Amino acid sequence: MPTTHHHGHDVGERLYVHVHTPVHALPAEVKTVAMVAFVFAVIATPNNQFWAFGAYAAILVALAAISRIPARTIVPRMLVEVPFVLFAILMPVLGPAPKVEVLGLSLSSAGLLAGWGILIKGTLGVVCSILLAATTPARDLLLGLERLRVPQLIVQIAGFMLRYVHVVGDEMHRMSLARQARGFQATGVRSWPVLAQSGGTLFIRSYERGERVHLAMLSRGYTGRMPELSSHVTTGRDWATGLMLPAVAAAIAICAWLASR
Amino acid sequence: MPIAAVHIPGVHVPAMHIPDGFINAPVSAIAGAIAIAGIAVCIWGARRQLDEKTAPLAGLVAVFVFAMQMLNFPVAAGTSGHLLGGALAAILVGPYAGALAVSVVILVQGLLFADGGLSALGLNIINMALLTAVVGWAVFRLVIRLAGTSRPAVIAGSFAAGFVAVPVASLMFVLEYALGGTGTISVSTVLVAMTGVHVLIGIGEGLITALTVGAVYLTRPDLVYGVHDRRARTLEIRTATTAGA
Repeated sequence: MPTTHHHGHDVGERLYVHVHTPVHALPAEVKTVAMVAFVFAVIATPNNQFWAFGAYAAILVALAAISRIPARTIVPRMLVEVPFVLFAILMPVLGPAPKVEVLGLSLSSAGLLAGWGILIKGTLGVVCSILLAATTPARDLLLGLERLRVPQLIVQIAGFMLRYVHVVGDEMHRMSLARQARGFQATGVRSWPVLAQSGGTLFIRSYERGERVHLAMLSRGYTGRMPELSSHVTTGRDWATGLMLPAVAAAIAICAWLASR
Repeated sequence: MPIAAVHIPGVHVPAMHIPDGFINAPVSAIAGAIAIAGIAVCIWGARRQLDEKTAPLAGLVAVFVFAMQMLNFPVAAGTSGHLLGGALAAILVGPYAGALAVSVVILVQGLLFADGGLSALGLNIINMALLTAVVGWAVFRLVIRLAGTSRPAVIAGSFAAGFVAVPVASLMFVLEYALGGTGTISVSTVLVAMTGVHVLIGIGEGLITALTVGAVYLTRPDLVYGVHDRRARTLEIRTATTAGA
């Protein structure tokens, strides 16, 4: 029954978790719009309405459960947010008076609230992106962007990027092996010229590959547009299902606004 | 934080993009609209420059920038930095195609890798793609115009381009923070800290940009677009010079 099996090797496949759930089945453009709108509702929520963030988190946990994305997939990918966690921690330390005493530290209360806001909103946003990538194959995501009227050129560039990322990545890896085979070890700034030399070579090879790809495409009749291969039709029902997510989030955000007045 | 090209040992952090919730919703939304307009201009410019070649070439340049961001340049004591690539891409393939390629890298990083917030896509594209490409290009062209196209001049111009583009991007971040920042750290503190850190990062960016462009210029000077600045030429039939035959 499944017709959407993807077992390719582009970059999205490493992020995509292949199971069949209602969330996976939703068209990519619906999910993209729903997630972006959800994140906007989250960031528009006042920081002091703690219950609202609890509700958002509960929604995302439910969504992960429905899409059967396990925590061991989500949590390691959340490491991307480590740098701004550090920034959020600085907020209470560097924030303005009045100060409050927490565990023997004198911390700014406004800074605590702002740091909390950055931390929770950033975390919810990261989980949103992870869920989107885990439930949508990369090429569907691109098709979805195209249906959202994102210019074809952008979609095509992104398509090339995903298609060739491992080719170029492997090229880089081979160069690194070759450097090591010659006894090279990157130790400090003095090894930069060698690394940059590899970078320059990588550019030349990538560019020349781009030219070859272009010629190969021309010989197959490429005129600047990609043929539409899927005949998928997104129904109003898909949109109604998907937009329930931001609708609930918007309701929570409005309640939080009213409550903070 | 547009960019802190610092690696925590053992954890690969590709680049630090603005997360969700750092800049408020209205400013994020306006930035999104500006980024769309900027990308539209780049599409127009890149099409004029490369025609139907744009997609494959900008696509492979996007892969190249993405791969370069994975290449660690060791600094000291287990820390390392990496390239951001806006200025480099602009010098190598022109400001329009370069900005387009880096914009797509940021778009893909946001959508697929959770690197940079979905609501902050516009902010990150403005800071790290559009602005670095435009500033890097302008600085590079200025140096070339003043100093010529010798290899030292090209290398110097590339260094200047990378070195200037990064702090300018961080200034744009400070402006965004001043307009819609949700933090409590004062704008002046952020200004000092951000510019300070990014001048240092800019030195690294400038060095890597200069070394990379220098390497390309040595073997394939024809591929350094910033030196030639010419539109895609159509094939022409020339009369063969058979002097001496």
